[in-house]
Amino acid sequence: MSEKKTHRRDFLFTATYAVGAVGVGAVVWPMIDQMNPDASVKALASTEVDISSMNPGKTITVLWRGKPVFIRRRTQDEIAEAKSVSLKDLKHPEKDEDRAKNPEWLVMLGVCTHLGCVPLDQKGDYNGWFCPCHGSHYDTSGRIRKGPAPTNMEIPKYEFVNANTIKIG
Amino acid sequence: MSDHQYTPQSKFGKWFNDRLPLLTLANHLTDYPTPKNLNYWWTFGGILTFCLITQIVTGLVLAMHYIAHADMAFESVEHIMRDVNYGWLIRYIHANGASMFFLAVYIHIFRSLFYGSYKSPREIIWIIGIIIYLLMMAAAFMGYVLPWGQMSFWGATVITNLFSAIPLVGEGIVTWLWGGYSVDNPTLTRFFTLHYLIPFLILGLVVLHIWALHVPGNNNPVGIDIKKPSKDTVPFHPYIVIKDGFALLMFMIVFAFFVFYTPNILGHADNYIEADPLVTPAHIVPEWYLLPFYAILRSVPDKLLGVVAMLSAIFILAALPWLDTSKIRSAVFRPLYKQFYWILVADVLILGYVGAMPAEGLYLLIARVATAYYFLHFLVVLPILGFKERTLPVPLSITEPILAGSPNLATARENKRLDKLK
Repeated sequence: MSEKKTHRRDFLFTATYAVGAVGVGAVVWPMIDQMNPDASVKALASTEVDISSMNPGKTITVLWRGKPVFIRRRTQDEIAEAKSVSLKDLKHPEKDEDRAKNPEWLVMLGVCTHLGCVPLDQKGDYNGWFCPCHGSHYDTSGRIRKGPAPTNMEIPKYEFVNANTIKIG
Repeated sequence: MSDHQYTPQSKFGKWFNDRLPLLTLANHLTDYPTPKNLNYWWTFGGILTFCLITQIVTGLVLAMHYIAHADMAFESVEHIMRDVNYGWLIRYIHANGASMFFLAVYIHIFRSLFYGSYKSPREIIWIIGIIIYLLMMAAAFMGYVLPWGQMSFWGATVITNLFSAIPLVGEGIVTWLWGGYSVDNPTLTRFFTLHYLIPFLILGLVVLHIWALHVPGNNNPVGIDIKKPSKDTVPFHPYIVIKDGFALLMFMIVFAFFVFYTPNILGHADNYIEADPLVTPAHIVPEWYLLPFYAILRSVPDKLLGVVAMLSAIFILAALPWLDTSKIRSAVFRPLYKQFYWILVADVLILGYVGAMPAEGLYLLIARVATAYYFLHFLVVLPILGFKERTLPVPLSITEPILAGSPNLATARENKRLDKLK
């Protein structure tokens, strides 16, 4: 073929490759997507927690989607400490008001944002949480203050169903 | 492969070999001309094959008793240890076998680094070896998750979370790897599947590794190209077979020592506590063979860059044949490289040590210096050394230095005559 001319065969090749690529994609995608969370995992989307017996200064840990969630009834000192921090001192600036709608209750994922360990309660240099794995320090609002973690501990979607019950998810 | 033609003796052998030349292959493997000066550092290829077969055989047996389910995995491992006949032995061989495998592979890799075995024309052998090494790490990591103890669970959590460092798609990848929103049953079952698959991938790559090796033939301690077959070579069987066999026996003594006397010394006591997603153990430390890379990960204060540094530390090895600019293979004739080589060995050992220590204070400082040096060695020292170093004269053949140093007067005279002719 010396001249640039489109032949019937070129068309057939292109058409074959195109249909072949679609076919391969249609087979490969289910193989990949089967590894994503399945329906039974997604079904465990929300958890209700009874908080009626919690006094100030107490933390409970509940499982939500296989992950620990810290629910802490904070003391007045802790709230004051969290509110007094200047945003300039924070690696991931977030106001305490935005993290705890009801300042007495801090609800957050108990998962270190570095590599996913569970930080220890009431430890570290900022009276909040301390991750034993790689040494991240969090303050009384769960904000990262020191160490390798890039962001504050995540706040999940939650609501107060009534005065004694929190619904997470 | 071998150039010479082989004809089986028996009529049936000939009939069979004409249809499937397995006997030609067997003949190639036994006659395969091997440098006669190979030392014991060259026996680790055979030892590694033994390690792979051991892991596959013991792994198959363990899989007959193990249950890959988050609620039952831990108990099924205890069931293997207590109830299954010789289950304790098989599991201890498999668990310590992983460590022995890595011990042998590190010696094998550092042998290659010392004698320049990765250099032309053996780059493909080297790169296949690096891929095998990566697969070994993946297999070892996933295997460690299967007993579903505390270290299993949290090791899996930390390592899979490394992917979350990738911008934008990181979180999605981690969820995909987990099959959920945390490490859980879907993670365990897929890790079991992959742990079962990878050894067979390694086996296939080992075949390619040996195939690629048999094209140029073995490197040797002098690091020169040799004529094959010649006075510089011996047939693989029986010479190398016996030598490899003896080294393997010595290696098995070490192996047996761990299995029978200190089967848990290389593991972590925390892994005899069942996985608990609510409690992280006080110190998460990977298995000893991953510690140098763990130290590199932790020495970088940024999450993404830490992961990048750790992966680069492994992938930089694949570029080694081109980073090392020296034409001389063996460190025997490279006085400066020899010193840098031993500094690198010490550097990696130091990284391994600080990887096991908490990442703070002096340990962190040492880890940072050692990490910097690791990259300096490959990216700066090796490329420059090839141009600056004054290497020692390399002999023309393996036999030459032996004959030159011989007290035989006739040989000495002959050598002098040859020198004049040059």
